Amino acid sequence: MAGPADLRILVACKRVVDYAVKIRVNAAGTAVETNNLKHSMNPFDEIGAEQAILIKEAFAKSKKTVDVIAVSCGPAKAQETLRTALAMGADRAVHVETNDDLQPLAVAKVLKAIVEKEKPDIVILGKQAIDDDSNQTGQMLAGLLNWPQATFASKVELAEKAMTVTREVDGGIETIKTPLPAILTTDLRLNIPRYASLPNIMKAKKKPLEKIAIASLSIDVAPRIEILKVAEPAKRQGGKTVENVDELISKLKNEAKVL
Amino acid sequence: AHTLSGAVLEPSALNELIPDWKEKGAEEAGVEVFPGFAASEVLYNEDGSVRGIATNDVGLDKNFKPKDGFERGMEFHAKVTLFAEGCHGSLSKQVIRKFNLREDSDPQTYGIGIKEVWKIDPAKSDPGTVIHTLGWPIDYSTYGGSFIYHMGDDTLSLGMVIGLDYENPYLSPYKEFQRFKHHPFVKNLLEGGECIAYGARALNEGGLQSIPKLYFPGGALIGCTAGFLNLIKIKGTHTAMKSGMLAAESAYEAINSESYSEEKPVVLEDYEQRVKDSWIWKELYEVRNCRPSFHSPLKNLGGIMYSGIDTILLKGRTPWTFHNHTPDHETLKTAKSSKKIDYPKPDGVISFDLLTSVSRTGTNHAEDQPVHLRLKNKDIPVERNLKVFDGPEGRFCPAGVYEFVDDENGPEGAQRLQINSQNCIHCKTCDIKDPSQNIDWTVPEGGGGPQYSFT
Repeated sequence: MAGPADLRILVACKRVVDYAVKIRVNAAGTAVETNNLKHSMNPFDEIGAEQAILIKEAFAKSKKTVDVIAVSCGPAKAQETLRTALAMGADRAVHVETNDDLQPLAVAKVLKAIVEKEKPDIVILGKQAIDDDSNQTGQMLAGLLNWPQATFASKVELAEKAMTVTREVDGGIETIKTPLPAILTTDLRLNIPRYASLPNIMKAKKKPLEKIAIASLSIDVAPRIEILKVAEPAKRQGGKTVENVDELISKLKNEAKVL
Repeated sequence: AHTLSGAVLEPSALNELIPDWKEKGAEEAGVEVFPGFAASEVLYNEDGSVRGIATNDVGLDKNFKPKDGFERGMEFHAKVTLFAEGCHGSLSKQVIRKFNLREDSDPQTYGIGIKEVWKIDPAKSDPGTVIHTLGWPIDYSTYGGSFIYHMGDDTLSLGMVIGLDYENPYLSPYKEFQRFKHHPFVKNLLEGGECIAYGARALNEGGLQSIPKLYFPGGALIGCTAGFLNLIKIKGTHTAMKSGMLAAESAYEAINSESYSEEKPVVLEDYEQRVKDSWIWKELYEVRNCRPSFHSPLKNLGGIMYSGIDTILLKGRTPWTFHNHTPDHETLKTAKSSKKIDYPKPDGVISFDLLTSVSRTGTNHAEDQPVHLRLKNKDIPVERNLKVFDGPEGRFCPAGVYEFVDDENGPEGAQRLQINSQNCIHCKTCDIKDPSQNIDWTVPEGGGGPQYSFT
């Protein structure tokens, strides 16, 4: 249990295949091959962790304390991701250990249990993970908790027990105000995450990391969706130059069959 | 992530170090490893001895100005600093120069190793099979050969090593390797398969004669950064590991000995003696004459004949020792006196264009950082390399970093050297082979570079 703080932020982090790695479909055609590939924290979650630290640093200026907790669901290696969050400046971490792949609804249920335990004022998640691109967990968590949600945040301003969030939406930019507690999901332009410096990485090894076996939460985390097939996109065909408009029309009609 | 392996290794040193590694897995507990931080500078004490290293500043933009995420590098001070940067280390080369460690040894000579990993048709896979070839497509005066290893899981690891003492500036090691794969024997193995990875790295070929003095006040060189690769065995991990063990034992004793004092630097003379007394030296002594025997006018023919006799009969028991006289960067003939090589175009199935291969290294460097490949003189690439040798850097780099392009700001027909540093896979070939020795390979921001996983 944590001591008193003026604000408590829970940051959800997912360990995913590193964005720069070239991925392939596995031999069975059921999933992306992830064995032995470099993994890192989901970039949007890094932005979330950075935002939590920025809030912590801003509050410190007026002598207020912020407790930042990083949480991750996954196998033992998820602890590396949590250590990165701790190295960036989080105060402590919670690892919900499971070797199964969790779908967004299951993750949202787990996070609800953590929220009920830690009682944060803000839960920050990345808008989506770069491996499944679901864009669901934050929204589902808000629904389960019946909390307000501010998603796709590109700017956040905190006031007393409320926050003003600028969102990047399909129609442009939208600014909303929400009371706390609330869910926030990050978009790309919210901030640029800091490098974890070597002294901070060393310090992070000593920060508290709590392990929770997922079974002990007594939650139904069974998948609701079954993935039938994963395939590589069709190979790109070479382009052809056409001599004149008639040839173009003929090709569109007879070959591409779009006319 | 940076280690290019998938090699056939001799487990002798590993057996000594961790007797039950096959059961435990070769992981050392209790050691702190901090990946993703690049040592960019050697630090010295007032008396000139090595004090440690400093990591580079991160968060600088292309023009060395601090960005938002700027973090100053850190200094690490130590009683003993061991340099283990692999072949042609960027800090090791500075230390070798400063302490004149090559005073009594030959220059180091190198090869470039280029490899690919394929998933092949299971019917063609024969795990454990090791194949080596010599000859085609490399000509008789260029040192080189290939390896094909059948690994488990329908995986094939194949590659080519070409001596960087090659003479023709039109030679492209990458294209030789691509051409090699079209040999019917190799093509047959690859057909129906898929290339899943690519990588390249320079490796040491100089052997015993090119090993520099191994120690200097405050530190020592271990592993390939010193140069313990046994080229005839085509293995160096065992000697590298052993040298690390010997350096550790020597350093530990020196620090804990009665004569240790904080006022004086630690001098690991004992480490060098241990290396000379160990099987590393015996092994390298035995094969010391093989690679240099390829330098005679008989070229590969002479080398193969001599090496055959030496490795089978003589085993190095001769009173003579051949030497590596010429550093690799001095061997290129001029473009005018060399014949252009007409390489076939890649077919995209068995052979590939360079950029497709580079994408299979997973190499990535954070954007907007200082270019880590530094030119000592920015006019030399065009005025000498291009003029005299027709720009060999555009051919020996296995990642397409160096390109001579039209200079939009210059007079008609002028060219300039474009450095695509984000493609770099940290192989060090440019630092070795540049005939003007104008390219200085330095470390980019830590964490950047190739992401070799099954390579």
